[in-house]
Amino acid sequence: MTTLTMTTLDPRSRAARRGMSDLAIRNLFIIPTIVFLIVFNIFPLLYSLGYSFTDFRASTNAPWNFVGLENYRTLLNDPFIWNNFAITAKYVIVSVTGQVLVGFGVAMLLNREIPFKGLITTLLLLPMMLSMAVVGLFWKLLYDPSFGIINYALGLGRFEWLSNPDVALYAVALTDIWMWSPFVMLLSLAGLSAVPKHLYEAAAIDRAGPLYTFFRITLPLVAPILMIAIIFRTMEAFKTFDLAYILTSQPTTEVISIRLYKMAFQEWQTGMSCALAYIMLVMVIAITNIYVKYLNKVKER
Amino acid sequence: MTEIVLRGIQKWFGPVQVIKDLNLTIAPNEFIVMLGQSGCGKTTTLRAIAGLETIDEGDILIDGKPVQHLKCSDRDIAMVFQSFSLYPHMTVFENIAFPLRATRMGKADVDKAVREIARVLRITDLLDRRPSALSGGDMQRVAIGRALVRQPKAMLMDEPIGALDAKLREEMRAEIKRLHLKQGSTTIYVTHDQVEAMSLADRIVIMHEGVLQQVGSPEEVYSRPQNLFVAQFVGSPVMNVSPAAVRDDGGAVSVAVDATVPGFPFPRELLGHLNGHASGGALAMGIRPEGVLVSREARDGYVPVEVHLIEPLGSYDIVDLKVGEAMLRARTSAGFVPAAGERVHARIDPAQAHFFDTASGQSLGVRL
Repeated sequence: MTTLTMTTLDPRSRAARRGMSDLAIRNLFIIPTIVFLIVFNIFPLLYSLGYSFTDFRASTNAPWNFVGLENYRTLLNDPFIWNNFAITAKYVIVSVTGQVLVGFGVAMLLNREIPFKGLITTLLLLPMMLSMAVVGLFWKLLYDPSFGIINYALGLGRFEWLSNPDVALYAVALTDIWMWSPFVMLLSLAGLSAVPKHLYEAAAIDRAGPLYTFFRITLPLVAPILMIAIIFRTMEAFKTFDLAYILTSQPTTEVISIRLYKMAFQEWQTGMSCALAYIMLVMVIAITNIYVKYLNKVKER
Repeated sequence: MTEIVLRGIQKWFGPVQVIKDLNLTIAPNEFIVMLGQSGCGKTTTLRAIAGLETIDEGDILIDGKPVQHLKCSDRDIAMVFQSFSLYPHMTVFENIAFPLRATRMGKADVDKAVREIARVLRITDLLDRRPSALSGGDMQRVAIGRALVRQPKAMLMDEPIGALDAKLREEMRAEIKRLHLKQGSTTIYVTHDQVEAMSLADRIVIMHEGVLQQVGSPEEVYSRPQNLFVAQFVGSPVMNVSPAAVRDDGGAVSVAVDATVPGFPFPRELLGHLNGHASGGALAMGIRPEGVLVSREARDGYVPVEVHLIEPLGSYDIVDLKVGEAMLRARTSAGFVPAAGERVHARIDPAQAHFFDTASGQSLGVRL
């Protein structure tokens, strides 16, 4: 199909004098990308699917056996794995809810004529631009019980943020909220500024109060784009690894991707971890699909 | 049954004054049309009455109460926007119900009120649709329904049918008139289309550059324009206006639009009415095309002219007549003058002539 719509090469161009056809040029640009994609993405994806049906261990030379669905059966019956999923779910809910509340709230504040609006918006976006590992490292310092600035500022004394098993997961979520609220804010701001001014005027004429206007006009009209932000953040939070891994090593913060990492590279249960990775993949796709279904329903109007 | 009074309204946008000392009293149940070119301040005035725009000076009184400091929600007026401003995520029913639900009206009452207004507007079968699935005319009906449903003190309409095509515009115009006669609420309607203004209004308010030019019934502004702006803005085809010189050769009085040709005869009273304005070049005569009478034979009082251009408009023709160097447009029955270039004879009906002071633009109020 691509060749049909392609324009012919100008016969006087340099490429033409070198004897390159349109097809050759297209291949020159596309083939490296495709090769890269196959070697580093698609091949490992399929190969690991194969591993997930074996008891292969990458740390030994021992021959591996085909075990069928045994890995999946073990994992899905393992209460510890389910505990990891429960931790992950809690983390996703706290973190994404926090990001939506903070991000959307800040977007509402910014969605008006204020001085230095552009500068403020840019500065607010900074956390998002940092590397996850860096954010993890310096929040570890901020949270430090003896010299961390958070305890100092809040007057909490020697409160243990990261080594208290009941608080650690929320501390990680808080860092994630700090880092990714700007993303939700950015998308919400785009959505908010796309709501036509005259609808607010019409609502004012129709005697709607500020709350009524917010819930019946603003929120429904921003919902589709807010939904996209939520999809992105849910997927990301579900896969969270670096932040949680760097900040703390509590069992209560062992989200599913940390379990996966340990299984694959500390316990060297390669086959088993491949199966777990596939279970995660199916779950992420399932959750995302729920959102996409809802998004399509919202977009219909 | 609402009276709206505007008293000494002044409004600036930065250094530009968009409303200049506006005074107007709108009687209960009156249909007022504000007419003017874009940028003349008519929409700003409307938005100021609605409360969407603040005013810098003056009072807006609704039923005798000053409201200029109240929010729009406390003024109890409804408005129909040019862009319709329907809520895109709600059905027609929800759109019309919105003003009622916003003020926490009971479910049964809302349902009854919406169905009643839908029946009046003949949109009952559209209630479950979304605005995006409606035609322009139906969208406008819904917008009007949303405005009428809560029986507001006054209806404001900002070029409500400006976005529709010509045929639909005519239909909706009749519909709006029908609704007003039936529901009877004080209505202020903004438009730049003088045909719309003439056909709908009880009284027309003509504005130009923020200044109110004339207020009067359609018949009044058409036949007794107070100044040159109104004279040329109202009426289609446009009124002929040309500098005029009054000649008095003892017996007969004539008005010439060009020095090289004989003047059109006028009765002697004209001199008395003009009251000294006759001398000097500061006089302009206005005559609507239907006030220029055309004859194909030479007749007493008719001046020979050349036909320059004919615009056949079906039910009548507009004929451009060359009087010396000046042009006069006349309205004749269709096909009355066979071809351009023909020489015919023209006369001006003194009863339909208007005289203006060129310097001030004001009408001299001459009625013969």
